[in-house]
Amino acid sequence: MSVTGSVAGDPPVTPTPEAVESGGWRRHALAAGFLAPAAIFLGVWIVYPTLTTIWRSFFDESGDEFVGLQNYQTLFTSDVILTAIKNNAIWVLVVPALVTSVGLVFAVLTERIPWSVAFKTAVFMPMAISAFAAGITWRIVYLQEPDRGALNAGIAVVKDSFSSGGVLADARPSSDALEGTSQGTIRLAEPVGRGDIALLGLTAIGSSEVPDDAEQAVRPEALQGGIRGVVWRDFKPGGGTAGEVEPDELGLPGVTVKLRTSGGGAVGSTMTATDGTFSFDEVESGEYSVAIGSESFSQSFGGVTWLGEKLVTPAILISYLWIWAGFAMVVIAAGLAAIPRDVLEAARTDGGTEWQVFRRVTVPLLAPVLTVVFITMLINVLKVFDIVIAIAPGSVQDDATVLALQMWRTAFGGSNDFGVGSAIAVFIFLLVVPILALNIRRFRREL
Amino acid sequence: MAHAETAGPITAPPAEDERLSARILRFLGRAPVHIFLVVIGLLWLVPTLGLFLTSLLSPGDFGDQGWWQLFSEPSKVTFENYEAVFDNDTLISALFTTLIVAVGGTILPIIVAAMAGYAFAWLDFPGRDWLFILVIALLVVPLQMALIPIFSLYNKLGIFDTTLSLILFHTAFGLPFAIFLLRNFFIGIPRDLMEAARIDGASEIRIFLRLILPLGLPAIASLGIFQFLWTWNDLLVALTFCRETQPITVAIFSQLRQFGANIELIAPATFVSLIIPLGVFFAFQRYFVEGLLAGSVK
Repeated sequence: MSVTGSVAGDPPVTPTPEAVESGGWRRHALAAGFLAPAAIFLGVWIVYPTLTTIWRSFFDESGDEFVGLQNYQTLFTSDVILTAIKNNAIWVLVVPALVTSVGLVFAVLTERIPWSVAFKTAVFMPMAISAFAAGITWRIVYLQEPDRGALNAGIAVVKDSFSSGGVLADARPSSDALEGTSQGTIRLAEPVGRGDIALLGLTAIGSSEVPDDAEQAVRPEALQGGIRGVVWRDFKPGGGTAGEVEPDELGLPGVTVKLRTSGGGAVGSTMTATDGTFSFDEVESGEYSVAIGSESFSQSFGGVTWLGEKLVTPAILISYLWIWAGFAMVVIAAGLAAIPRDVLEAARTDGGTEWQVFRRVTVPLLAPVLTVVFITMLINVLKVFDIVIAIAPGSVQDDATVLALQMWRTAFGGSNDFGVGSAIAVFIFLLVVPILALNIRRFRREL
Repeated sequence: MAHAETAGPITAPPAEDERLSARILRFLGRAPVHIFLVVIGLLWLVPTLGLFLTSLLSPGDFGDQGWWQLFSEPSKVTFENYEAVFDNDTLISALFTTLIVAVGGTILPIIVAAMAGYAFAWLDFPGRDWLFILVIALLVVPLQMALIPIFSLYNKLGIFDTTLSLILFHTAFGLPFAIFLLRNFFIGIPRDLMEAARIDGASEIRIFLRLILPLGLPAIASLGIFQFLWTWNDLLVALTFCRETQPITVAIFSQLRQFGANIELIAPATFVSLIIPLGVFFAFQRYFVEGLLAGSVK
């Protein structure tokens, strides 16, 4: 929740009003009056619950029986909680470093760009949106069907323009020598044996669908003890003879050809070369069928399952970066603006390249700001909740879960185990205590 | 040449054409940076744009293709989904709940924190620094630590499932940051002003109301925006302490189970829920950024 609750600041001056001894108790009463409302809120809603939760974590589900450290033992034996710990470790290792570096890159790149305000506004905007709404926004991006999910649609476009997938989408046998359709397999009607040549001519392939690396189809030489053949586009402008390899007919590269025994047992599988030829070199005598594998026909891209158990955590991390990069950028840009120009200019005139200046001067000078961003993100990541519950579908929440989410699920999401729930909360608390100590030390130095 | 450059800005200007060519070269050298930033900036807008355009598609059209179909067929835009959202009593009352919680959860902590911030900045009392360090310590207490005990407390007090319960919780957890921010701002108010007012015989309460609050307005504005965004955007607290009294996030959350089948409801409801904080953000962007920097860097 806390956006900036990281590092304590340094007040410019600490003007302790000295001449206030007179009327001591009245002044103290006044101070107490000003502080009372805050004290009540902090005491009742933060201090008292914190102590109670620590106490509660040593009792069982119902709170009646003292169980010692048993709830903490559960943290490290329950599969789901272990997953939460593991996932949170990934978050801790990846997110603060990633967000800080991306923010640094953006801040440096936009520094001398006249239209940087537009860029910064676009990148910073997600900060205003709730993590929950951002989660739903990204869930629409991650929809699996390439027809509906923008990310998979983008991948489908790239895939289509780079791969030869779908070459044989509507392919048909060019002659009676073959049977079958592109919906299943296309195979030679007659069985073949050693030394035979299998001619697999196909038609109804648009010229734009033929892979760019396709070459003139070649009728291979027969091979003693083996079966050779060719898969080619049995069509040329102005006609030609079906079932014969002729000049200007292209081979179809990258097609899977399968060899089976007449009983249907698989013997081998190979890919065609750029001229469409293929070869099964050592084949025992007997009758075989030659078929084009169904995987060669149009496999329309079904979309990456972003929100399945494997990719759900990286997917959520990306959307989290989308939210927080703007924060890092703005804070680092402010730090960058505070670096004296002449320091950078001096480094440049001393012959430093832009990269050297960046590495040796800019980054070291920015170190305090980078630390602030890093620590802020560290605290945020330990408490991340909304975006996980929003993006991860119910079925993979066990795989995507993190500590804060698992705490809520344990205590309020059905099983209502306040004992283990408290233990998870204390565990999160223990993880932020070192940061807390750091904050206080810094602040006391500055006070 | 290098010496001339470092010697000072007022050197003889180089020949006009030389400068022009240098500028063109520099621009070309930076062209990849411009292109990169344009691409990244657009990419950053895509998810939100996608949500908005999805909310303008009828369920049937969305079943065919994603929101980008609106670029080729803009006539498919429909506001029926929004009409349905505004006819939906649950969602409307949820928006109301969110508004009440956000306004209450913004004003109350500002008042409480301004008082405390003033005491920490300008009143002298024993243990002041230690108490302030305690406040800073509370800054990082995860709110998970409070959920279970407060859940029990609210049940005992009988305020479970009310907007009040949310406002009080948000106030408490907003306070450490709020006190921290305001104290640091108040302490920067010139001391002469304070002393002059005290010599004039103004009471501390008067000084607080007439001097500190008006002068502290920029910090209060920053704080108000933060607090408003936090409370408006909250899901966890409301999910824990409310059943019937649902803010908009919870109302949408309860629809998520059928995600995919009911996007015509979820997309516009989500967009409505985020357009208000977005408006606040754009209207007060300056204060937002200033508060952010005051809280994290200074």
